[in-house]
Amino acid sequence: MEICIRLEDVKRIYPMEAGDVYALNGVTLDIGVGEFVAIMGASGSGKTTLLNQIGCLDQPTSGNLYIEGKNTRELSDYELTNLRRDAIGFIFQKFNLIPLLTAFENVEYPLILKTGARDTTGRPADLLRLVGLDGGHMKHTPNQLSGGQQQRVAIARALANDPRIILCDEPTGNLDSKTGNQIMDLLTDLNRQGKTIVMVTHSDEIATYADRLITIRDGVIQ
Amino acid sequence: MTFELAQRNVRLHLFRSILAAIGIIIGVVAITSMGLLGGALEQSVSDELMNMGNTIIITPAGPSVGDEKAGIDERDIRQIKLIAGRNPTIAFYNTYDQVKVGDSQGYSSVYGVDPGELPPITTLISGRYISGTEGVMIGQTLARNYGIREGNFITVGIGAREQRIRVVGILEDTGFSGGIQTDNAIIGSERWYEATYSGRGKYDQVVITVHNLDDIDGIKDAIDARLNRREDVVNIMDFRSLISSIQEAIGQISLFVMAIGGISLLVAAVSILNVMLISVNERIKEIGILRSIGTQKADISKMFLYEAAILGLIGSVCGGLLSLVGGGLLIMLIMQDISYLLTMHTVITVIYGMIIGTVICIAAGVYPAHRAAQLNPIDALSND
Repeated sequence: MEICIRLEDVKRIYPMEAGDVYALNGVTLDIGVGEFVAIMGASGSGKTTLLNQIGCLDQPTSGNLYIEGKNTRELSDYELTNLRRDAIGFIFQKFNLIPLLTAFENVEYPLILKTGARDTTGRPADLLRLVGLDGGHMKHTPNQLSGGQQQRVAIARALANDPRIILCDEPTGNLDSKTGNQIMDLLTDLNRQGKTIVMVTHSDEIATYADRLITIRDGVIQ
Repeated sequence: MTFELAQRNVRLHLFRSILAAIGIIIGVVAITSMGLLGGALEQSVSDELMNMGNTIIITPAGPSVGDEKAGIDERDIRQIKLIAGRNPTIAFYNTYDQVKVGDSQGYSSVYGVDPGELPPITTLISGRYISGTEGVMIGQTLARNYGIREGNFITVGIGAREQRIRVVGILEDTGFSGGIQTDNAIIGSERWYEATYSGRGKYDQVVITVHNLDDIDGIKDAIDARLNRREDVVNIMDFRSLISSIQEAIGQISLFVMAIGGISLLVAAVSILNVMLISVNERIKEIGILRSIGTQKADISKMFLYEAAILGLIGSVCGGLLSLVGGGLLIMLIMQDISYLLTMHTVITVIYGMIIGTVICIAAGVYPAHRAAQLNPIDALSND
């Protein structure tokens, strides 16, 4: 199996006045290309911290993290930002769309970041149709859309630059179970198309969509 | 897209943006109007002074002692005229005396001038020029103050010297020019003056109007060398240094006034800084999202700098246009002559005002923009 994400003894320590907090305490983990991994654990177990490391939003205090063979420790902030833009798609619990932009523009934005110009290919509209958002909603801003619609827009945005890795932090956490299942079906489809998916969840039901389950407790994989 | 985000944020918080822009408008209006007024003042004084900038004034060096009146004699005047060459030279008598018209009385300058010298340097507004010993002319201001018209009689002098004399003409006001201030003066012929005040051949002043300013020093040196060889017979002065120091003083005053206006611009900058910091704080989450999906720090900075630039540009352009009104009102109020507004100086001042306003605004955005860019994406994302 080709390795997509590799963690070697990754520690993330938050220095606090009462003493250091080990959010991650020596995590070693390989995730292969095309895997669908669910990370489970109680609140404060370190699962979101782990996802943030993989997403290059944060840097490990010690240990090494490789994304597609690149040691993130050796990358500058500029290079890490470009890695997030090109190789990784984020899907958040609270959707995290940009409130000032329409649905279409939210999906177009990562493309603009990459190409430096407004889209002329029609890709944002294609992606929005792919995730099931009809044309009438594309000009709406996030606050005019339902939760399910917002999460569809967020998935379309995550796909904009055709990343190999998709990271999801409680993707159905703010949705009713029916909509949640629709979103999970979408993610499963993406995984079948070859995307590597790492998903944080505390729901056993949602975790069943994944091929592999990783449980984390007190910053250590069980 | 970065620019559009900035633009949309300004529109989203329109009221707050307008308030911030008003600060800039006031600041720009303050400095620009003051600049316009200063420029107009400087120009008006320059216009006034220009007339005397090319004159050399020669006065007797020694004081009058007893009955022996000091003065420049005919021989010296011939020498001066020789040195002055083709530059017009006029010698005249000058004193100060009492004037009575009906019940009102006061003091005024009295000049004794060769009647032939007057037409080139003055303008007649009524009556005629003097000739011989009959009658005098007066300046427009004096005529207005005492309600005198041509043909009226006025009384000049005190006691034994008192004489009634007819006004034959009135001269237009010239301001302070050519060494002779005719505005508030009585001008008689040389012969009348000599008969009234004696001291014949002892002129009080010689004025040379120099065509080419570069000749001033040469003429002054030559007169000094010729006339003041053994002892100081005459004092020679010109107004160039006086004019430049007056202009400098006005320039400093207008700079000072602009600095006061600048304080309001500074206050505006602080309010822009404040608005931008609020904007950054409100958008921490958005910044986190933008960073997480791959927006570079520099682009985050730019987004806020654009926002400051939009506010600054709108405020400065409005301020620049309004300052034309404000500066115009000030100039009307203080100088009663709006033509001073319609100059190149106005255009330059307004453009400078707008540039300063915009630059200060953008400068006020630098710190908030930097702060936004340095936010940790995770902390920003977890902010609600």
